[in-house]
Amino acid sequence: MVILETDHKVFMGLLETMLSESNAQYVFLVDKSGPQIAAAGDLEMDTTSLASLTAGAVAATEGLSSLIGETQFSTLFHEGAEHSLHISQVGEKAILLIIFDEKSSLGLVRLRTQQHLPALVDAVEEVVNRSQQDGRPSATISSAGFAEISDEDIDALFG
Amino acid sequence: MSFINYAAREINCKIVYYGPGLGGKTTNIQWIHEKTRADAKGKLISLATETERTLFFDFLPIELGTIRGFRMRFHLYTVPGQVFYDASRKLILKGVDGVVFVADSQEARMDANIEAVRNLNENLKEQGYDLATMPYALQLNKRDLPSAVALAELEKALRIKDEPIFEAVATTGEGVFDTLKSIIKLVLKDLKSR
Repeated sequence: MVILETDHKVFMGLLETMLSESNAQYVFLVDKSGPQIAAAGDLEMDTTSLASLTAGAVAATEGLSSLIGETQFSTLFHEGAEHSLHISQVGEKAILLIIFDEKSSLGLVRLRTQQHLPALVDAVEEVVNRSQQDGRPSATISSAGFAEISDEDIDALFG
Repeated sequence: MSFINYAAREINCKIVYYGPGLGGKTTNIQWIHEKTRADAKGKLISLATETERTLFFDFLPIELGTIRGFRMRFHLYTVPGQVFYDASRKLILKGVDGVVFVADSQEARMDANIEAVRNLNENLKEQGYDLATMPYALQLNKRDLPSAVALAELEKALRIKDEPIFEAVATTGEGVFDTLKSIIKLVLKDLKSR
């Protein structure tokens, strides 16, 4: 998947709207293979681990759903004493994680998710489709000079 | 499937350590975590049982500086090696960019090694990948044990293409970074050639 700056702006616009309208602490878009796509909110946390574990939880839930013959469980909810997590599938490739506390409620988070999810699905699909069309990722990588990467560049990574 | 973020100027690649149970996959990751400088690594997450067997996966993010202005981030995962955790192994292979196969050199584990290679091939195919073209490195671990099988015999049994092969003793770190460096190079070369 290749995220361009224009994609990032679209994602951030949607996530920030969801953050404010749902009174959440953190809204987080994650690629299903584990990396973070975009995030809005000011909670101090290890976002890399959060993204990886969210992807793992969704992957495990997908495994469970296929075992019982469901196509997917579209939503996961974890209720904690202070913070709760609401996780939704965003199309085939991404996951939306919302962290909220007592300033919000499960009902409000679900409502805002239902309202904004279609736009988020469209935005992710546009990125995915572009990545799959006529070698565009290669083109963007090349245009950034990445194709000219040398063995020396790689060696330099290790100091 | 590498993940390139132009807004954050970073490239994320996923490397999976695969192999038979108790072969040393987690030990590899633990050594990398221990020996990587604090500002270049994230938290090591191990989803393990009470007896420290990997239940779902271990996860370690590392960052190796920048290439052409892009931060190079590698997400290292292990899979549970035990045969009955096959469903978990399939899930972790999603979006993989490179695989390190950690083989157990002991004679008694030869069948388990061969079965794990077969299982890797099958699970990659199921995810739409081809081991023949996937960046891949073979690590022959536990070379210090008296029951270790001769190198040539292991190579004959486990080599599947022209992959680089490393002898290792993961508990002392021998061969661990050589393997990591090799798979990272293969992944980056693959990314470059796409």
